[in-house]
Amino acid sequence: MTTTEPRIIPMGLALNEAMDIAMGLDEKVFLLGEDIAEPSGGVYKITKGLSTKYGTHRVRKTPISEAAIIGAAVGAAIAGYKPVAEIMIMDFIAVCLDQITNHAAKIRYMSGGQTTVPMVIRTSAGAGRQFGAQHSEMLEAWAVHTPGLKVVVPSNPADAKGLLISSIFDPDPVLFVEPMLMYWDPQYACDVPVGDNRIPLGKANIVREGKDVTVISYGKQVHDAVKAADILAGEGVSVEVIDLRTLVPLDEATVLASVSKTKRAVVVHEAVTRCGFGAELSSRIHEELFGTLAAPVARVGGQNTPVPYAKNLETAFVPQVADIVAAIKSLNK
Amino acid sequence: MATTNRPDSPDRETLVQMYEIQNKIKTTDERFRSMLTSGQIQLIYYSPRGQECISAGYAVHLRPDDYVVTIYRGLHDHLAKGVPMRELWAEFLGRSTGTCKGKGGPMHITHPDSGLVVTTGIVGSGIPIANGFGLAAQLAGTDQVTVVNFGDGASNIGAFHEGMNMAAVWKLPVIFVCQNNLYGEHTPMSMSTGVEYISERGAAYGMPAVTVNGNDPVAMWHAAGEAIARARAGEGPTLIEARTYRFYGHLMGDAMEYMPKEERKAAMAADPVPAFRAWLLENGHASEAQLAEIEDKIVAMVDDAVEFAMNSPEPSLDELYTDVYEEIIK
Repeated sequence: MTTTEPRIIPMGLALNEAMDIAMGLDEKVFLLGEDIAEPSGGVYKITKGLSTKYGTHRVRKTPISEAAIIGAAVGAAIAGYKPVAEIMIMDFIAVCLDQITNHAAKIRYMSGGQTTVPMVIRTSAGAGRQFGAQHSEMLEAWAVHTPGLKVVVPSNPADAKGLLISSIFDPDPVLFVEPMLMYWDPQYACDVPVGDNRIPLGKANIVREGKDVTVISYGKQVHDAVKAADILAGEGVSVEVIDLRTLVPLDEATVLASVSKTKRAVVVHEAVTRCGFGAELSSRIHEELFGTLAAPVARVGGQNTPVPYAKNLETAFVPQVADIVAAIKSLNK
Repeated sequence: MATTNRPDSPDRETLVQMYEIQNKIKTTDERFRSMLTSGQIQLIYYSPRGQECISAGYAVHLRPDDYVVTIYRGLHDHLAKGVPMRELWAEFLGRSTGTCKGKGGPMHITHPDSGLVVTTGIVGSGIPIANGFGLAAQLAGTDQVTVVNFGDGASNIGAFHEGMNMAAVWKLPVIFVCQNNLYGEHTPMSMSTGVEYISERGAAYGMPAVTVNGNDPVAMWHAAGEAIARARAGEGPTLIEARTYRFYGHLMGDAMEYMPKEERKAAMAADPVPAFRAWLLENGHASEAQLAEIEDKIVAMVDDAVEFAMNSPEPSLDELYTDVYEEIIK
């Protein structure tokens, strides 16, 4: 056998491959969402070609009816299917939250385990394209706060593919948050293995090893954390970067082991800081490691505002590399 | 006259079966209310009394592998679809032997073996989920149907509109049964709903829709039979508005000030269950001895279920974290 050439592809294509593989493996997998069938293949082209390959009965274009989309997925999942529902933009989760939190999340529990909801809700999220306050939010904390849901936020194409296949075959409902800016931007493309290479949910990735401070992040901000680490390496600060990949289940062991070593931690995410996932993680680190920390855990997150439209305000909302650098430095004072 | 006499009425066996279901609902409800009133048990309780004929009328058409989705006022649907009496009582009482191990309660009765797949406590939410069951049957190419029950109040919530439209567009094998008891919680339909008949809304979705007297078991049987046959044949969904009345208000303990006394008195005087019983006897469809035997059997069944539930343990505390996910995640 020859060694495989690196295959550099963007996240959008990696996600498409994941769904293609899952549909090929299991005829119970089907997709539903607005505009996802040909000729458009989704507004972000993530499902391009799949309705041609698998038919419009398995790649189903829906009315603009998010509650009906998620409800149909919930019912079909209970009945033995593995639906993958696309909610075009994460802010639209608000119009189907009842189906997600009261039904998808709780049905296994309320039925005493008799009925289960193995489905995935894929959704695009994040600021940076001047889509304004209703098309830019990261709302993962809503889902993390709801027992019964799993929450995945990939940071690169290879993880996106491996995590999505795992999510589709997971026995529980998964909210799969796709950072919108990463879909087709070549700067985020990476080597993605061919075939069914699954990445288990609940296993964080140590992106970069370091000894002075741990930066914990997920999604697009992992790249900013690495950039901050590069900058600080030049100043003699060794930064460990952890990509959580999944918020539920949370790989707390990896986080705590790292912070036990570095004694300093910064949590970084794009979502609004107040009651964001960073608040929970910071609290957990303090609860477990308070006496050994060299400094309080710092949080770097979005401003506590709606996402603004004007470019300068939007940029001011989103945490930047410089903010991460400053937070790390504040711990070393 | 409580019941339609039509030449194409159901056969005697079906008529008696419908009465048996109605009586089972009535007897169970009466026991719940008497035990609640006497303080023997405490639970949140939404009485289905008055609405028995609707569940009986559709349930006798269904197979065990057909699906039923219902709401918090769902006891009549649970029993009609065949949820076992013992497990049902135990679940209402929060016992480990209940349908859901005591973790769901009256508003979330689930018993897949009977086809009772979802009971939701959120008004209207069962409608989109029922479409998912319909879609599963359609994708699998089976002729299973799904009956989803909801009240008149649910026809004013967004999930109803989204779900009805999707079912019509996809021609799903779903029967939408609006049990119109004329009140949404404490508000009469006239103050909450812009149409006189919920069935008028079917036209908005291009869906066949009919209003029937939900207190007439034979009329309900005809309407349900036609809708179910159409769904099984792949001809899509139907909206059935079954007009009825709830005898005991929204919730056990409801003072019912918003329900005119005379209206309620008249509805209770026309109680459809004894009316159907009398009709069966008058028309020679059943004998007094036959019905008495059924009634005695049901009383014994309820006695047994109450004893079973009262003597069952509460769930173990270990159950707190099970069934949140497949594996335990804290």
